[in-house]
Amino acid sequence: MRYLPLTPSDRATMLAKIGARDIDALFRDVPKAAVVPLSAFDLPDHQGELEVERALEKLAKRNVAAGAGPSFCGAGAYRHHVPAAVDHLIQRSEFLTSYTPYQPEIAQGTLQYLFEFQTQVALLTGMEVANASLYDGSTATAEAVLMAQRLTKRSKAVLSGGLHPHYAETVETLANLSGHVVRAPVVPGKVADLISLIDEDTACVVVQSPDVFGLIRDLKPVAEAAHAKGALLIAVVTEIVALGLIEPPGTQGADIVAAEGQSIGNGLNFGGPYVGLFATREKFIRQMPGRLSGETVDAEGRRGYVLTLSTREQHIRREKATSNICTNSGLCALAFTIHLSLLGEEGFSRLARINHAKATALADRLAKVKGVSLVTPSFFNEFTLRLPKPAAEVVERLAAKGILAGVPASRLLPHDGAARDLLIVAATETNTDDDADAFVKALSEVLS
Amino acid sequence: MTDLPTISGDRGLDHEEQLIFELGRAGVTGVDLPDVKVGESRLAGQRRRAPVGLPGLSEPEVVRHYVRLSRMNYAIDAGLYPLGSCTMKHNPRLNEKLARLPGFADLHPLAPQSAAQGALALIAELMRWLTTLTGMPAVAMSPKAGAHGELCGILTIRAALIARGEKRTHVLVPESAHGTNPATAAFAGFQVDEVKATADGRVDMDSLRSKLGPDTAAFMLTNPNTCGLFERDMLEIADLVHKAGAYFYCDGANFNAIAGRVRPGDLGIDAMHINLHKTFSTPHGGGGPGAGSVVMSERLAPFAPLPLLIHDAEGFRLIEDGADVPVGAKPFGRMCAFHGQMGMFVRALAYMLSHGRDGVRQASEDAVLSANYVLASLKDVMSAPFEGPCMHEALFDDHFLHDTGVSTLDVAKALIDEGYHPMTVYFPLVVHGAMLIEPTESESKESLDRFIHVLRTLAGDAKAGKRERFEGAPHFTPRRRLDETAASRKPVLRWTPKELPKAAE
Repeated sequence: MRYLPLTPSDRATMLAKIGARDIDALFRDVPKAAVVPLSAFDLPDHQGELEVERALEKLAKRNVAAGAGPSFCGAGAYRHHVPAAVDHLIQRSEFLTSYTPYQPEIAQGTLQYLFEFQTQVALLTGMEVANASLYDGSTATAEAVLMAQRLTKRSKAVLSGGLHPHYAETVETLANLSGHVVRAPVVPGKVADLISLIDEDTACVVVQSPDVFGLIRDLKPVAEAAHAKGALLIAVVTEIVALGLIEPPGTQGADIVAAEGQSIGNGLNFGGPYVGLFATREKFIRQMPGRLSGETVDAEGRRGYVLTLSTREQHIRREKATSNICTNSGLCALAFTIHLSLLGEEGFSRLARINHAKATALADRLAKVKGVSLVTPSFFNEFTLRLPKPAAEVVERLAAKGILAGVPASRLLPHDGAARDLLIVAATETNTDDDADAFVKALSEVLS
Repeated sequence: MTDLPTISGDRGLDHEEQLIFELGRAGVTGVDLPDVKVGESRLAGQRRRAPVGLPGLSEPEVVRHYVRLSRMNYAIDAGLYPLGSCTMKHNPRLNEKLARLPGFADLHPLAPQSAAQGALALIAELMRWLTTLTGMPAVAMSPKAGAHGELCGILTIRAALIARGEKRTHVLVPESAHGTNPATAAFAGFQVDEVKATADGRVDMDSLRSKLGPDTAAFMLTNPNTCGLFERDMLEIADLVHKAGAYFYCDGANFNAIAGRVRPGDLGIDAMHINLHKTFSTPHGGGGPGAGSVVMSERLAPFAPLPLLIHDAEGFRLIEDGADVPVGAKPFGRMCAFHGQMGMFVRALAYMLSHGRDGVRQASEDAVLSANYVLASLKDVMSAPFEGPCMHEALFDDHFLHDTGVSTLDVAKALIDEGYHPMTVYFPLVVHGAMLIEPTESESKESLDRFIHVLRTLAGDAKAGKRERFEGAPHFTPRRRLDETAASRKPVLRWTPKELPKAAE
């Protein structure tokens, strides 16, 4: 077996040193009733690389990769071009096969890139500090709500109707345990009233911008209303590239920003692993969840980095920790930070503008197809269309023509009749003019 | 000569590296993109007014920066990484290659399900392996790491209790538990109560009996436990827990000791998370991503979270909404957006197919054999608090360092100078100055012998009063010991520009 270095004679020598008759002797504490023979497992025996590769390639071929044809799916996961250097660098053994930097003297590489990552996230979101990543945008949002409940000692969380439904459900799972969640009505393409839902018991208001339908929100009025009642504003961003073109939540009064970082550096991966971005104000850091890399000096006075403020964390504080998180999303954070370093100020701004230009051009063309209208008056790289037919049906028919036309709103809101005919469409720098032509033509055919 | 400072500040292959913000400048980029102009009409008046403040670097500069940073890290690929409880075993590169097949890596999570049948089939196959290896009927796949899996398990138990109409408020954990266990229980709204350990490092049955009661929701136990020992009384524990009307949660962080030999389902467990990044070797990546699938008993299965994966005549289908679940299913909610860590699933299944059931069993046996070999080879010079055999990790305390002036931390730092990543130190909390060594199945006997020789020599030096290898260690690293107190007293968590960035283009 290619991954196991011990030989039968090594094993015999080692057993002799231990003073055990055989391997079974080492398992003597296992109750007899629980010891099973190999035949108890209805599974195959070991295989070579070639056989494993064949088996998994066969499964991979049964999927339609986004890059196999025109693809316009978004709704929380976006296909962007990731420079080749990113994937090459994250596969360096020293990054890929290390663990949480518990021994800082031999983990300065990880600690420094996390420190740089934290800085980048703070800059992008316009916030003062950021952590070293959480699992993804949805769990980051849930952690943000719990943090707001701790900070305000209040129980109610108000969620905007434009918050991605999966995010809202993830928040409900946790925030309902010690508080309660109120979801505002879903009004696609419009800014629904949230302010009247904020009261003296409200810990936080959660607003996504651009929202799940693509609409860009002005967060300032909500921030003002929340702050007037002593509540916090949590801003959610699922498409982080948007912050290259639109105002960051930090300048609009957000107290916590929870975002999905997948768009930068990370592939679609059928939903994971992704990377949760989490930023806040400096005064709240002791209630933050997750790892933090902090600057310090070594015994010779040289600048270095360590995991810090671990008295918030489970391995020190146990049941009094701010979160139970341990392993987070280190390697995805590395991919994010490398990609963003490659882009730099100019590249990131250009990328954002290209995305917006592609989406604007596509929206204008699709809205001219008979029976189709644009629901979202503002948007970044994703918009929502109203179709004259159920969107899920249209998506299936376009998929049969080799076009992934977007995400039907009914996939996320299956029992909301108003969502039935809505199609959420994303366009990024990866979409060519030919892709747009094919989409417009095929949609016209399917709707005629 | 060797002490003479270099002119550059670098030393041979060891390079100093500034922060990326100190390296970059305006007007340079590592990605060529056209300069497209956009209008304001669709931006709702929200166009960004100030630049982000990112530095500009060309691709060669970026590549050099990260290569230099990488060289400041220890890694399994470079050497033995005996970090107990973390299972730093070899990460096969085949698994990396397969996870990058476009059919998996470039697949959108909300692509029509007809376009994702291979991905769903892969998840179903991984579920079959996990349920077969554990002897448990069901598994929830969405949790994103071990602690997330624990949370999923405890929330499932909570939902089952609510369905029974019972309000149980307490979760019991042993003193030796991973910090995530009490943190998870508290996170899920339970009060945490500790169960004592016996002198031989296992659950104190009298303590457990006295704590179990009508308010007990669950007992969370790691098995093999964090002292590296198998809990001999598992069947009796399960029986007591169930008789008290509570559920038995197992932290499966150490499943890698028993996979292929023992089925947790035969031990009376109701739920157990499996760290795919430990037992099934998806790379630890400097702290994630992981994956924490949760296997469940028949009585908990109905409460597993969304999404559910169904296989019928039309193929595989994800049930993503609570209103669409089959009769009998009562999911407690959703753990995260989408369907879990697909990239980790591909790697874990590749590991399983490569090893097969025989290889999974052999890997467990070799991990246990190697740990016992380390224990047997060191117990005369170091102090082992518990009688063996151990499972996949060997635990020592700092008794052997008594009166030497050398601490557990000093031993760890001296090991760094010897070219090793230290073992886990000061965990578990039940022994003083703990050193938890997990060699894994990935080391050759020669590699283990070298490591044993180094540790024996260090123990001998400490006892002989030869402290020079310990004082001020590590010496041969990019940084010497770092001041953690200063870091937390006045936290500096980001780089701050010395001057304000110039206006945007």
